[in-house]
Amino acid sequence: MASRLLSGMQLDAPLFHVLHARGVLTAKDVLCKPELELMELLDLPLSLIREAIAQISLFTCPPYRSALTVMEERESELGFGHLRTHLQDIDSALLGGIPFGALTEVVGPAGFGKTQLCLMLCVITALPKEHDGLDGNVIYFDTERKFHSGRMAEMAVSRFPHFFTDGDNLKKLATSVLVYHPHSLDEFVNSLQGVEEVIIENKVKMLIVDSIAALMPSENAQEDLSRKQNVLGHQAGTLKYLAEAFRIPIVVTNQVRMTSNQRSLEDPELQLTAALGTSWAHSVNIRLILESLSGQRFIKVAKSPMSAITLHPYKVTSMGLELIGGEDYGQGGDVMRIRFDDLDANEDEDMEV
Amino acid sequence: MDVSGVWPFPLSLRSKLAAAGYSTLASLQNVSPSALARDIQVSQGEALRILKTLRGIDDAPTCSSTSSSLLSSAKTAWDLLCIEKTRKRISTSCAELDSLLGGGICLQEVTEICGAPGIGKTQFGMQLAINVQIPKEADGIGGSAVYIDTEGSFMVERALQMAQACVARLCSVDGLSFNSEDSFNVDTFLSKIYYFRICDSTEQIAIVNQLEKFLEEHKEVKLVVIDSVTFHFRHGFEDMALRTRLLSSMGQKLMRLSELFEVAVVLVNQVTTKFTGGISKLVPALGESWSHACTNRLILYWENNQRHAYMFKSPSLPSVSAPFSVTQEGICGVDYSKRPRRL
Repeated sequence: MASRLLSGMQLDAPLFHVLHARGVLTAKDVLCKPELELMELLDLPLSLIREAIAQISLFTCPPYRSALTVMEERESELGFGHLRTHLQDIDSALLGGIPFGALTEVVGPAGFGKTQLCLMLCVITALPKEHDGLDGNVIYFDTERKFHSGRMAEMAVSRFPHFFTDGDNLKKLATSVLVYHPHSLDEFVNSLQGVEEVIIENKVKMLIVDSIAALMPSENAQEDLSRKQNVLGHQAGTLKYLAEAFRIPIVVTNQVRMTSNQRSLEDPELQLTAALGTSWAHSVNIRLILESLSGQRFIKVAKSPMSAITLHPYKVTSMGLELIGGEDYGQGGDVMRIRFDDLDANEDEDMEV
Repeated sequence: MDVSGVWPFPLSLRSKLAAAGYSTLASLQNVSPSALARDIQVSQGEALRILKTLRGIDDAPTCSSTSSSLLSSAKTAWDLLCIEKTRKRISTSCAELDSLLGGGICLQEVTEICGAPGIGKTQFGMQLAINVQIPKEADGIGGSAVYIDTEGSFMVERALQMAQACVARLCSVDGLSFNSEDSFNVDTFLSKIYYFRICDSTEQIAIVNQLEKFLEEHKEVKLVVIDSVTFHFRHGFEDMALRTRLLSSMGQKLMRLSELFEVAVVLVNQVTTKFTGGISKLVPALGESWSHACTNRLILYWENNQRHAYMFKSPSLPSVSAPFSVTQEGICGVDYSKRPRRL
């Protein structure tokens, strides 16, 4: 990473001493400065600076692999590097499930089952490998205090009745989920720094943040906005690094907001968009949208580097989320927009637990 | 030392030279033709002939020879036109897009692709990484690709699908025979994509610095994709001026490499929301000065539930748009007769 020290990079001793004396200690200190600025700072000729930059680049640049090697690595992983969600059509759309090493986002209005989906993924991750699980622990950042162990157990028993027959396996499941309650954004950011240790020590195979939007201060001033984008981008970078370094799937949930243009008053269909803006939408590798059309709820694979935009009708039951047959090709388009037109239906069946 | 007596000029000229004080080779070394013409009152053409004759006698480098290395490398517009016509391009697998791009993504140029999340920028990059390998027998380039993944969106299983489709397409073409089966299969396609996973902006700068060495060692590389150039530069930079300088230096290096090694450089860029007069619209990220870092800029967008590409900036091609689809096989043209399986 960027903080790598220059001391191990076989630089010439005199050069290294000059760098050291000027407080230039890491690869980042050298590479994230324009050449001319370095020249001024170190008082060395440009040719020498260029040589040093080349040498440091050589050590900082990660090694390459051929795509074939990458594929062989995937083949050695469980499920070709995917976690099966047990929602069959979603699994086939994502070529096997939620991929390791990537950032998957679930976005949808309150009460549509985002947390339910997360709880379901906890159960699946904790399952032994012969049941298509990962046999690992889960880190669960619960920012909205919605994590519910009882609901998770209920889901586990009704979905896998043959496995969760006695209290032992249920207890094992419950102990495999490490729940954290960050109170503020700073607390969350700080805990992400130290999370590597927890991942290694606890055999963690999955990281969930439910939800990332709740941590963000409400968007108002322009100044706030740029700071927020900065923090978000940094988090996305850290999460993606963790996902890739430990080859685990990372799932975050996101909320919805009313769009800022007030045209929705005349528009019969309410205009909802995903929170956190376009920059964040770029950052996630996969976006699943939970939305509703004429009273029917759909999971939409809205952004994914490996699948079509598809709509899958679903309902929330005791087993968690369940797909109810049929799939439809999505109308393409906007990954920001969330369709929501079952306000009436919402009154009949409240899915919130 | 007066050596003007041995110069191969008529006496009248020699005396003119001597009268103006040009009696040694050294005295004529830093004289420009126009100055000499004025001093000895001959035409400028005559003066140049004198200087050239003397340069032939004296092999020592004159000051003009350093600048002439650049001047002598000039090409006429006609030469450039001829080169342009033989220029190799990487097909996008979509006929409409290819004609929009003047035949495909051009080698020796930097092309930027921007668009909203989920529009298919990564698909584009992956498709090009496969298509650059289409052998010369099939009107391809037969090169290999460097894929610099900063976002973690490169999915090898997706690249596999595209490679399979490409192999199937090539095998179905009549009149093409491949001497040996094993030189041309899906595994070779994948083995010729050099994949770098970049985790922060420092690594991104390092890989661009390192790229020259890598391309020297791997001459067969004809495409470099950076997907995306934006991600690591959208955060962690408090000093925006510094960011701009680092980015433009990176852009310049890439442009130089694309010409030096005859590779196509494809940069994926994100879009950002810009507020102008209360109206928000999506514009390419990284700011105004970055727009100069690329030769061509292609913008991908949705219209009527159909993907479109728009040639936003190009020195030679008109700004038009073309529809395209992404299917299981990869990027392709729009098939209006049947509902395409969109990705």
